Amino acid sequence: MSNVILDSKIPEGPLQDRWDNHKFNMKLVNPANKRKFTVLVVGTGLAGAAAAATLAELGYQVKCFTFHDSPRRAHSIAAQGGINAAKNYKNDGDSVYRLFYDTIKGGDFRARESNVYRLAQVSVNIIDQCVAQGVPFAREYGGLLDNRSFGGAQVSRTFYARGQTGQQLLLGAYQALMQQVSLGRVELHTKTELLDVVKKDGVAVGIVTRNVATGEVRSWSGHATLLCTGGYGNAFYLSTNAMNSNVTAAWRAHKKGALFANACYTQIHPTCIPASDESQSKLTLMSESLRNDGRIWVPKNFDDNRPPDQIPEEDRDYYLERKYPSFGNLAPRDIASRAAKVVVDEGRGVGPLKNGVYLDFSESISRLGETTVFERYGNLFDMYERITDENPMKVPMRIYPASHYTMGGLWVDYNLMTTVPGLYALGEANFSDHGANRLGASALMQGLADGYFVAPYTVGDYLAGLLGQSVVPTTDPVFVEAETAVNEASRRWLSIGGTKSPEHYHRELGKLVWEYCGMARDRNGLEKALSEIPALREEFEKNVRVLGSAEGVNQSLEKVGRVADFFELGELMCRDALMREESCGGHFRVEHQTDDGEAQRNDEEFSFVGAWEWNGEGTAQTLHKEALVFENVKPSQRSYK
Amino acid sequence: MQLTLKVWRQDNPNDPGRFETYQATDVKDEMSFLEMLDAVNENLIEAGREPIVFDSDCREGICGTCGLMINGQAHGPQKGTTTCQLHMRKFHDGETVTIEPWRAAAFPVVKDLMVDRSAFDAIIQSGGFISADTGAPRDANEILVPKPAADTAMDAAACIGCGACVAACPNGAGQLFTSAKLAHLNLLPQGQAERFKRTEDMVETMELFFGSCTNYGECQEACPKEIPIDFIAMMNRDYLKSKLANRRLSGQKH
Repeated sequence: MSNVILDSKIPEGPLQDRWDNHKFNMKLVNPANKRKFTVLVVGTGLAGAAAAATLAELGYQVKCFTFHDSPRRAHSIAAQGGINAAKNYKNDGDSVYRLFYDTIKGGDFRARESNVYRLAQVSVNIIDQCVAQGVPFAREYGGLLDNRSFGGAQVSRTFYARGQTGQQLLLGAYQALMQQVSLGRVELHTKTELLDVVKKDGVAVGIVTRNVATGEVRSWSGHATLLCTGGYGNAFYLSTNAMNSNVTAAWRAHKKGALFANACYTQIHPTCIPASDESQSKLTLMSESLRNDGRIWVPKNFDDNRPPDQIPEEDRDYYLERKYPSFGNLAPRDIASRAAKVVVDEGRGVGPLKNGVYLDFSESISRLGETTVFERYGNLFDMYERITDENPMKVPMRIYPASHYTMGGLWVDYNLMTTVPGLYALGEANFSDHGANRLGASALMQGLADGYFVAPYTVGDYLAGLLGQSVVPTTDPVFVEAETAVNEASRRWLSIGGTKSPEHYHRELGKLVWEYCGMARDRNGLEKALSEIPALREEFEKNVRVLGSAEGVNQSLEKVGRVADFFELGELMCRDALMREESCGGHFRVEHQTDDGEAQRNDEEFSFVGAWEWNGEGTAQTLHKEALVFENVKPSQRSYK
Repeated sequence: MQLTLKVWRQDNPNDPGRFETYQATDVKDEMSFLEMLDAVNENLIEAGREPIVFDSDCREGICGTCGLMINGQAHGPQKGTTTCQLHMRKFHDGETVTIEPWRAAAFPVVKDLMVDRSAFDAIIQSGGFISADTGAPRDANEILVPKPAADTAMDAAACIGCGACVAACPNGAGQLFTSAKLAHLNLLPQGQAERFKRTEDMVETMELFFGSCTNYGECQEACPKEIPIDFIAMMNRDYLKSKLANRRLSGQKH
């Protein structure tokens, strides 16, 4: 049925000149005409707040939506580590090309060269912009910006604001946004959740939202719509994502024709605090920097129940140091995560539930002294102790991998436009720049690059072609029908009258997705998941209980729709993982590994972006392939031995 | 352990509200306070009763969404800790725990334990920014920021906007929040051009919504990020200066 053609719209010419040439070739909207265009921006994280503020500065009429009570709550705020930029302030040989190369390689050669090169180019502008806004980055005594090194790179290019870089960057973008609100150029709608994307004649013309405080369902029309709504890590239920992070905006866009790409590319972060029991609602990340001074081990023997300090050296297995002598405890995220899974699956896990591995600082403490170790990691140790009641200065930390970031998302072209004209996806919501694995300190970079420096140009190019057209009024049948469908869905959920909460089904779904589509996947497991997920969904649709009404605040009603979308997405993740008969980055198929257990890519057959087209309820999606072309970097096998 | 919860229930902003009592059974030490409430809510749903509405998001103590008065203390008994990071080992079996929303005129209750903190956004909107349109800036390292200034600005910028300071204040004052943002921006070289306009605008917007500060100091005790009231002193000094500076700038005699 499909008439979709994946045209990535990559500009011609040498890699280095493509973005500049493209900017020159794009159509402009003259300042007096900009205010005739309305742009809807959904989500106020780094990508959304940056895009909304910048488009408003340019003179467009912006309407901005968040389901939070304030734009500042978006989950970008929780990013700890830092943001990369190819400034080469440390004179250690960094360059735009090196950042580009590291990102392509880190993504295991599954990202577009042109997008990644542009990302590396604008990274330097991001730091300038953020400093001008007053982001309090760490400084050296001379007043210059400080940098640190981060995983997957051999240069120091990471800018940071203590362990709260995401918070400070988001507050910078939020403040820029609020200034535009005060100037009347942005109309801000908080507590307003997107529930549908509206199309007319194949083009995105607006959205339908529900006000989560009043229950009001209404439509908004715009010349262009930007989805900046984050990733889908909560498909696993337990993840480091915030409680409310969800896939609903992206998924409803998918159901309206936007292709969803690389759903199986999910990042599992190796250093999180293990789950303590069934009631756990989310997992907490402990910064990767801990691996600089901590040694990871488990007991050599099964059922070794001695406390860690009574297990002698000869009975300990420092498995990362053993398997990867050169990188040791600093092996990349995907490698370290899988290695932890192996030892826990063997039954050598530690802690009351035997679901963790030790991260031990005792050797560093005896080498560097308590004071130095505490100076470096004190805030993280405090956070750990608050959660576990154990002091890592005395007892080794227990850690285990957890879902953290999703590289997959809505397919976008070079202009960040989805396959629906007028509908864009920015930041984690799109699939574009990280390939099959994201490097540390690159998520913040991509969110801000898309929001401040890419979309404001490319959206203008699209709008220029619409000059003279007014928005489709919200009284148009396309909006009325969409609103009716949203109201009907609420009515249906409220009338089921089952016995279990939406939370219960989310937890059960998460267990399946984690078990079969988590750190390691195989054909049997994925096929099993593809039969068990629909069965569970059927039960969910018959037996979920949503109390109250659609008027006013109803958190169960908000949740149930999100869980329904996670069910459909969970299936797609498994289908995508099953299709991709290779291992790459965060996607590890057990059947495809080297003799020593490393990921084995299959460039011959799978050097493509897998973008799925929705064909309606109960019908399998259609796969479309965008071939990846490597003209500048030669794909190679990653090795960390 | 088992706890008796006295929870504030209020159906909508105009409802007078009331306390309702629930039993929290099978509470484990490792649970966070909000996970304990999640469990209570699941039981309520299964019993056909509407769950308790409360706000939370990151559950890592950084987004500022959560915030409950627990036994009369904003964010509960543990110092420097948000509600989501408070764990049940701080409570003991058989205890009765009273849970209320933030109580402040500037934060009207939306439902149950959820309040409307948009007054904070109004303060930021009035001047809590440095004007720097995208694309114009010079190289980041052309602006030197002395390390002590950067560090103190960061101390202030750590504010998560949760509103505990307001809830803890007998006057419902917004000084700690406002002064933290002012200190962040006013301490940096980039923030100097708008310093006095920003100060005057933010302080006067704050006063439209919040009570007055009378130096109780409850705010810094309640602050989960332990932001000190020194910043309030700094704000007061800058506000006085701004009244003089802004008059001169607009050409008036004083």
